[in-house]
Amino acid sequence: MKPLTKWVVLVSVIMMTGTFVFPLWKITLNAPQYPEGLEMKIGSTGVSGNVDQINDLNHYIGMKKITSDEFTEFKLLPYVMGGLILLGLAAYFLNRRSVLYVWIIAILVLGIVGIIDFYHWEYLYGHQLDPKAAIKVPGMAYQPPMIGYEQLLNFLAGAFPGIGGYCIILPGVSLFSVGLYEFFSHSKYHLLKRFNKHHHALAD
Amino acid sequence: MKRSRFPIVTLIGAMMGIGFSLWLSGCKPRQAKNVIEGNAAQKVYVAPGSYDKLYMFASGGFSGQVSVYGLPSGRLFKIMPVFSQFAEDGYGYSEESKPMLMTSHGFVPWGDAHHAELSQTDGQLDGRWLFINENNTPRIARIGLKTFKTEEIIEIPNSAGDHASPFITPNSEYVVAATRFSIPIGAKKDVPINTYKQNFKGTISFIKVDKNTGLMNIAFQLLAPGADYDLSHAGKGPSDGWMFFSCYNTEEAHTLLEVNASQKDKDFILALNWKKLEQYAAGGKAKEMAANYAHNVFDDETHTATSEILHSVKIMDLKGLKDAAYFIPCPKSPHGTDVDPTGEYFCAGGKLAAVIPVYSFKKMQQAIASKQFEGDFEGIPVLKYASVLAGEVQKPGLGPLHTEFDDKGNAYTTMFISSEIVKWKVSTQQVLDRIPVYYSPGHLMIPGGDTRKPYGQYVIALNKITKDRYLPTGPELCQSAQLIDITGDKMKMLLDFPTIGEPHYAQAIPANLIKDNQVRFFKLTDNKNPYVTRTEKEAKVVRKGKAVHVYMTAIRSHFVPDNIEGVEMGDTVFFHLTNVEQDWDVPHGFAVMGNNNAELLVMPGETSTLRWVPEASGVYPFYCTDFCSALHQEMQGYIRVSAPGEHVAITSSTGKNDDAAIAKNRDNKKQ
Repeated sequence: MKPLTKWVVLVSVIMMTGTFVFPLWKITLNAPQYPEGLEMKIGSTGVSGNVDQINDLNHYIGMKKITSDEFTEFKLLPYVMGGLILLGLAAYFLNRRSVLYVWIIAILVLGIVGIIDFYHWEYLYGHQLDPKAAIKVPGMAYQPPMIGYEQLLNFLAGAFPGIGGYCIILPGVSLFSVGLYEFFSHSKYHLLKRFNKHHHALAD
Repeated sequence: MKRSRFPIVTLIGAMMGIGFSLWLSGCKPRQAKNVIEGNAAQKVYVAPGSYDKLYMFASGGFSGQVSVYGLPSGRLFKIMPVFSQFAEDGYGYSEESKPMLMTSHGFVPWGDAHHAELSQTDGQLDGRWLFINENNTPRIARIGLKTFKTEEIIEIPNSAGDHASPFITPNSEYVVAATRFSIPIGAKKDVPINTYKQNFKGTISFIKVDKNTGLMNIAFQLLAPGADYDLSHAGKGPSDGWMFFSCYNTEEAHTLLEVNASQKDKDFILALNWKKLEQYAAGGKAKEMAANYAHNVFDDETHTATSEILHSVKIMDLKGLKDAAYFIPCPKSPHGTDVDPTGEYFCAGGKLAAVIPVYSFKKMQQAIASKQFEGDFEGIPVLKYASVLAGEVQKPGLGPLHTEFDDKGNAYTTMFISSEIVKWKVSTQQVLDRIPVYYSPGHLMIPGGDTRKPYGQYVIALNKITKDRYLPTGPELCQSAQLIDITGDKMKMLLDFPTIGEPHYAQAIPANLIKDNQVRFFKLTDNKNPYVTRTEKEAKVVRKGKAVHVYMTAIRSHFVPDNIEGVEMGDTVFFHLTNVEQDWDVPHGFAVMGNNNAELLVMPGETSTLRWVPEASGVYPFYCTDFCSALHQEMQGYIRVSAPGEHVAITSSTGKNDDAAIAKNRDNKKQ
């Protein structure tokens, strides 16, 4: 690995420890009566923020109660993140490109799995409503957006990555970039070298 | 050169990530914000010394009282005690006013006031009386608008949760009271709660109002299916003679109503032909039924309330009364029925409904004539929804509750959940305008908005939640009223102001219908209180066994008597204070140190009585509590309390002590 790849790997590993501390994703709710907004923070070990208030409101539409215990994800996620961090450290100390590639692929795969899993839960909570709920609007589901804003009755629901989310997204993007660079600079295509040669040729 | 590319690649990636999320956060949809226009302040400014255009009478909700505001300034003038004791003026503490709070359950010191309703003549406000209901221990009060005093309270028997009350007929013939809670009615009241469907019934009471005195009596009660009855309004013009009640919990649930009473897509409006019911009641259909209920009347001449327990009420089962009652399907859990000024249209706010149904009285009559029934609910015919419907207001907002009307054919409905007022055209059901209010309005009010001739000009939102609207005051925040200009096409927010308790509902009336009729003081010569002291010469202290009656006068700036001796431990002292002033705005107050009671606030020409049971011997000061004059601070006196063995005879004086009597007391002690 190039020296700066190693730097990126090291910074990424350090950043990824932030996922234990900071929320991965945030769901916000704003309504006329809630000008200050309500926020649910999804961390790697559980949900926090105004979860109780949100659950109290959700009972009108018959949404299932959101509690950290409901999700096996929060039991697995710390180990998954720990594993990823160890893998990153391995890449750094072993200084092997193959380990780096495995790591990057693992981050990508887990990222995609995470997004699908998140969508899946949002769908279930938004659609599996108590048929006896007080407020029933025909055809209305209450699935919050994955990212961005959506109006759900009187609530404007928003979803965005938290600091912990950026602690994966930024390393992910950076590692993917350096991974590509490493890959192409060591492959037979070696685009950059060719480009450089060509460039030099022109310069000559 | 190569080296520099690594950080660039990384940096670009990072920047893209950050940029993307910033872009997302930046595209938050904008929400409607109120713009206060430059001349809003002018429109609500009432210069010092000038009068407001309107009186507003706002229910205090859980405070149990009514507060009086001026509009458009929002200035608070007075709190009128009605259903709750009011230590500030001695209401419910003075011997004269205690009977006002008597019920069949004994003395009830608190009540939950809900709907203020002004008396009407020919479907228009007449400024005579204000009626208001009590939800918890079912009662209706009548307040006289010459004195701004509660003059009468009648308890409603066979009732629980007197919420749908006291809506008035166009000539104040009746005020009504319908039950929120159905309950077991009849001889056996001790039944299992889960026998609700067999044993629980609602009742609707028609309370006759005497057209000269305003005195109320329960003309008849109707036994109705066990739903929860909610707000009603009387028909007017073509629909005069009818009364429309909304009802929810037609599921007849008795537990977890928030879920179990929210199951049906449609509940009902109950249309009652009260003129026909009147005939049935007079024609012998109504049977006497044993029931205990209090009837309390305050007499302006004796300044004293009396409470009488009545023992019988006339009742008839709605089921057997032909052509008098029809149910009309109404989208989900309606909270109120409102009738437009023409009397042709009526609408209902279903708090969980997606539309506001607007019904036609003409269509209702045709539907009845052609028997457009879809079935019956507990023996009462149910009309087909479409056969009565004039149209629906589509997408009005979330949580429609209450509607009032202006003088131009428009309706205004509160949306509790989406926290706004929506203006729509009655004839076309088209939404014309909406304005956010802060927050969660229950009722709204247009002066005269439920009469044949709305005054228009303003709509007032009565909000349940204020959150960030005012300087915070700990966990409990004020509720509020918001004044909105409705003279133009667009509603314009002018003012908001905090209220006393919950401004559950309010009514407003042009000031000239009230202000010139005010009683300025009570004539002493008309005072028929048995304990009146008309002149200082008549002032005296009289012992009757263990009771000591102090006949006392108050005038700027002394009491007569102001030195009192001879009270013994174990005595109960009654201060009968007559304010002998005969001028406007000179009340006197009265309080005694350590009294386990309130104070008195006595108007000129009035007599009030404060009870005091001294708990230790000694000398106790008393004084005037209402800053009455330059020498208010000098308006004071002493009362001496002695141990029984001291043999102190009763003496009383002002200015000069009765030395002979006091000397005699000394001699008594020596013996």
